[in-house]
Amino acid sequence: MRRSFIGENPSVLWFLLALSLFTLGVTVLSEVTGVALISTSFVKTLGKTLCLCLIAVAMDVVWGYCGILSLGHFAFFGLGGYAIGMWLMYARTEAIVLESLAGQPLPPTPQEVSDAIGNQIFGVVGSSEFPLIWAFADNLYLQLLMVVLIPGLLALVFGWLAFRSRVTGVYLSILTQAMTLALSLYLFQNDSGLRGNNGLSGLQNIPGYEDTSQAVISIVFFWASAFALGAGYLFFAWVVSGKMGSVIKGIRDNEARVRFLGYHVESYKLFVFTITAVVSAIAGALYYPQAGIINPGEIAPIASIYLAVWVAIGGRGRLYGAVIGAAFVSLLSSWFTGGGAPPLNLGFYTIQWTDWWLVLLGLSFVAVTLFFPKGIGGLFDYLVRKPE
Amino acid sequence: MSTLLEVSGVSVSFDGFRAINNLSIQFAEAELRAIIGPNGAGKTTFMDIVTGKTKPDEGRVTWGERNVSLLGMSESQIANEGIGRKFQKPTVFEDQTVRQNLAMALKNPRGPFAVLTHKKTKRNAERIEATADQIGLLDSLMRVAGNLSHGQKQWLEIGMLLAQEPRLLLVDEPAAGMTSEEREKTTDILREAAQTRAVVVVEHDMEFVRRLDCKVTVLHEGSVLAEGSLDHVTANQRVIDVYLGRGHA
Repeated sequence: MRRSFIGENPSVLWFLLALSLFTLGVTVLSEVTGVALISTSFVKTLGKTLCLCLIAVAMDVVWGYCGILSLGHFAFFGLGGYAIGMWLMYARTEAIVLESLAGQPLPPTPQEVSDAIGNQIFGVVGSSEFPLIWAFADNLYLQLLMVVLIPGLLALVFGWLAFRSRVTGVYLSILTQAMTLALSLYLFQNDSGLRGNNGLSGLQNIPGYEDTSQAVISIVFFWASAFALGAGYLFFAWVVSGKMGSVIKGIRDNEARVRFLGYHVESYKLFVFTITAVVSAIAGALYYPQAGIINPGEIAPIASIYLAVWVAIGGRGRLYGAVIGAAFVSLLSSWFTGGGAPPLNLGFYTIQWTDWWLVLLGLSFVAVTLFFPKGIGGLFDYLVRKPE
Repeated sequence: MSTLLEVSGVSVSFDGFRAINNLSIQFAEAELRAIIGPNGAGKTTFMDIVTGKTKPDEGRVTWGERNVSLLGMSESQIANEGIGRKFQKPTVFEDQTVRQNLAMALKNPRGPFAVLTHKKTKRNAERIEATADQIGLLDSLMRVAGNLSHGQKQWLEIGMLLAQEPRLLLVDEPAAGMTSEEREKTTDILREAAQTRAVVVVEHDMEFVRRLDCKVTVLHEGSVLAEGSLDHVTANQRVIDVYLGRGHA
């Protein structure tokens, strides 16, 4: 069974091989081994990029395979980040508070500890009370469960309402945009319980590993991201390869036909929407400890639109295309916007890429849509001849 | 023969236009039936109602020995009850192979988890091959459906319906755009299918209906105008009036 799956999908093997080699290469060249050709901050960038590749794979499944143009998957990514960020922030603040209270003659009561932590975390929004949603923040395992549970439930409820009412096409896209916008606006409020526009910060400091250098932590997260991407890729490749893949591609191409074949289309959409939302959340939970900070701006509607652009440029309907698109565009984006690209002097005008990158990206998106609908991944079709 | 599907007193209006007007019609197990009628007679709306796409304003649609009502059911539930539908335009999944198309249609559990863990079995492969043979596409199983000719796509869609093992097959204009040779083969496929189940063909083309050589129902303005053999209905003065457009005041 397993062998035939790999046999029928050789690209999965190639992908996993390339990912392993990449992971190994980066590790060898990092500061951990002393070679230090790749800085710790760049290891983090690469690790974050792997997380973006993972959410792009999820996006490709929901859009490229099932035809649901969700423009809200970054909301799930962000929720995953917030969920893990709550534990990171709580546990670290708790350690700091306990340390500072240790010198007192009387041992602090649990209430005092809790108040002090609350003050530290929520002082910035003028509060010291722990909101209800932080109930599990002191427990890593429960909070890890929240990483998949909260975004999963949101996707389930949202998807159920939307698909049941047969909202499709551009209307569904708008609805998902509204969802992520509403969530982001809510989180911007100071009384949302998640520190408003300050977001959660200091997430790169892993509680319990205060003495471990960031070089090591960055490599561990890089590995974890690579593993998650590999596992997610394998899982989705399996999902879309069999009869499930047939049905969801059928839904993309002709929903009514699938319905009259006796498949309950709404259940399938809900399944795909929810499972990709959960994977997006896992990607987010790995991303934000590497980014160090999460704030509501991260789940602004534009983020989810970028996601669709990556997948379109990389090539819809093939998982490696999504990976290529996300890696290529996001790395290029940080090169251009980070000042890496030299300004282009036209004589009468100098193009500063920090200002013009978005224009370039927009033009590339239009060009890909018009002239290369298969995206970068489509180039592989020239290498491998597919059976008729 | 027992009644398989009974439509009685069904009416439906769209924005005041009465597409179906007190329509009553029934089909027996294992019969071949042609439904003809001018444009706007309600042929497609009739199919939409039976397959659950459109809910009627009034009337009953009952199915099978136990006379269950189809009106509260979703499209997929009705399909699983045993009603297959072929669209006017050939709608196959163009970027999948003939085998994948048939595998999707094959009668098997339809839930997401059953489908996710579905394994290819020898028995399913044999069923797929038997169906492909029936529609003359046995040699094309590995071909991508989008590369088939128009006629082959129509047959593939009929094959997909047969693979569903329905008890009632609703076929909308199967002969449209076909060469006369292809029509002949389509007639054979439909007639053979009607040996074991009810097949209802909606058709414009009188020549094709004559070839089917079966009972004909004429629809006009959403209700039954005449019923009987083709010769019988074409001799009917009202049918002649309607088809020549003199029936309207």
